[in-house]
Amino acid sequence: MNAVSSVTKSRRDLFGPAIAAAVVCTLVAAAIGIGGIVIARQVVSGLLLGAIYMTVAVAFTLTIGVLNFLNFTIPTMFMLTGMAAWGLLSSGYLAFASRGAWLVALLFGVAVAVVASLIVERFTFRYLKMRHGDATEHAIPLVSSLGFLMIFENLVILSMGSDSQRFAVPFKSDLHIAGLIIGAPQLASFVLAVAVVALLSFVLKRTKIGRALRTIAENPDTASLLGVDVGRVVPVVFILAGLLAGVAGALFTVNYGDVSPLMGDNVGTKAIAAMILGGIGSIWGAIAGGLVVGLAETLSIQFFGGDSVSMTVWGLVLVIMIVRPKGLFGGATIGKGKM
Amino acid sequence: MSGYLAGTTAILCINLIFAYGIFVTAASGQINLGGAGFQAIGGYATGWLTSEAQWPMGLSIVAAVAITALVGFLISFPVLRTRGVYMVLATFAFGEVVAGFLLHTDTFGGAMGMVVPFHIGLGILVLSALVVTLLTFYLMATRLGLTMRAINDDEDASVVMGVNVRAVQVAAFTIGGAFTGLSGALYALNFGFIEAQYFNSLLSIYVLLFVLIGGVQTAWGPLAGSLFFTLLPELFRVGGSWRYLIFGVVIVVMMMLRPEGIVTRSMIRRLSPRRLFARPALGSADAR
Repeated sequence: MNAVSSVTKSRRDLFGPAIAAAVVCTLVAAAIGIGGIVIARQVVSGLLLGAIYMTVAVAFTLTIGVLNFLNFTIPTMFMLTGMAAWGLLSSGYLAFASRGAWLVALLFGVAVAVVASLIVERFTFRYLKMRHGDATEHAIPLVSSLGFLMIFENLVILSMGSDSQRFAVPFKSDLHIAGLIIGAPQLASFVLAVAVVALLSFVLKRTKIGRALRTIAENPDTASLLGVDVGRVVPVVFILAGLLAGVAGALFTVNYGDVSPLMGDNVGTKAIAAMILGGIGSIWGAIAGGLVVGLAETLSIQFFGGDSVSMTVWGLVLVIMIVRPKGLFGGATIGKGKM
Repeated sequence: MSGYLAGTTAILCINLIFAYGIFVTAASGQINLGGAGFQAIGGYATGWLTSEAQWPMGLSIVAAVAITALVGFLISFPVLRTRGVYMVLATFAFGEVVAGFLLHTDTFGGAMGMVVPFHIGLGILVLSALVVTLLTFYLMATRLGLTMRAINDDEDASVVMGVNVRAVQVAAFTIGGAFTGLSGALYALNFGFIEAQYFNSLLSIYVLLFVLIGGVQTAWGPLAGSLFFTLLPELFRVGGSWRYLIFGVVIVVMMMLRPEGIVTRSMIRRLSPRRLFARPALGSADAR
């Protein structure tokens, strides 16, 4: 491909997203202009919430993009992180870490999420590949992941109760920027979420494993002909998904200070909405979708009250699906290859 | 009949009709994860028509079924532009939109729910479940049912054989919508109260599991799945979280050992009385 065509191609690719971004920015600017500082605060908290949706949406979009698999255990990984961290913290084993205990607990939580994700891989993809040689036959992994969702969620309820628990984080410094109050943990988590996603984007684009993942997304059979060890690369997708969901869960726990066995459900559905909005299989789409959903949520609470959130978010999704079924950023970014 | 048994039977009947609604689409190779949305439309249509419009009960049920069939017909066109995982997501989004709409609309009681002024007894429920079951068996034996099976097995081959795939899939969504709407109407009339929170995505997930674990190859599947999931907890005599934990384990193990579901076509063929009593024909596949 010569330089000229690659330039025109990238221009064409950016056209739709640019319009979408412009529309969103105009709406936000108009809202701030009309509503003043109150709305500006809502916009900021919407973006901070959106960063969490974005990270979970990227986990969804990655598994669908590479494996063509809607992994319903991703919200469970999110929840497992928070609950495992709380469980370890409240058990008192972390006395040695004194003031850093919460951080150790959260890292432990993320590790639990990654291990759980690998367990799911072992009993869905690896098993089916061994037995049938084809893991996307019908809806098997989807149904298995629903089974795992029930297993993990109820294991947690049985071992730690179904109540919501307090997870205290020892810092409470707020930043005051031009009349906006931003909690330091929120800001830190926003930056961390963006950093994690940017890192993932880099890994997919520049590293050997990233190239292998993209090849599998294009066509698994061709990938293995070209020397990609598909059996070793597939677990990487699950590790990354567990890691992303785990990081999002840890950030959510720090931000809101609450964990519960059901904390993943709401975030999971919003992340799915974000993914559809942005375009399934597109990392940048998931990022934009996550931020849009976060904004839509806080702004619709502000303007129409608490009950209107799912109506606004899913109404937006429905409109997008009818007007532009491939989503804001969708396109042929990721293949429809079968495992 | 004790109250507990009656309650279980009522839920079983409603879930069975619901499951057949999802089965009809699944049998033609499309996964509908928005079942709760269709059921909610049927339930709320009945609730609104009986309480606000003061229609008689029978007419309301017919109207509710017609409305959901129409919704199924209309929604099939955007949904059928997608396939595979994308279709799962599209139908999931549909269910969420319906639930969100009902929760936010004051005409339908919003978050407060809606009281339904009529009540139907167990007899009608059982009768309806029976009729829907027999209808589905009949449907699967017709030419339409045959083409649905063909599309599920191999869509490209069906096109080559002259099947109008789009028409069959639209028909499946319409019939599925009608069945699901009927289950919603019966739910509303049996429980006397509906609220949007009941028709959540978890309900869609469970009913889809009934169908997929039961098996989509034959009309026995939803029957087996519904019975299996209703009777399993009775067998273990445990409640709450243990029940769902066991569900989860059973689902994962089932998908590993028997991914086609409990009842498969070859199993029906093996067990059919015609085969048991007849001498296998020379050269047929069964003459081993």
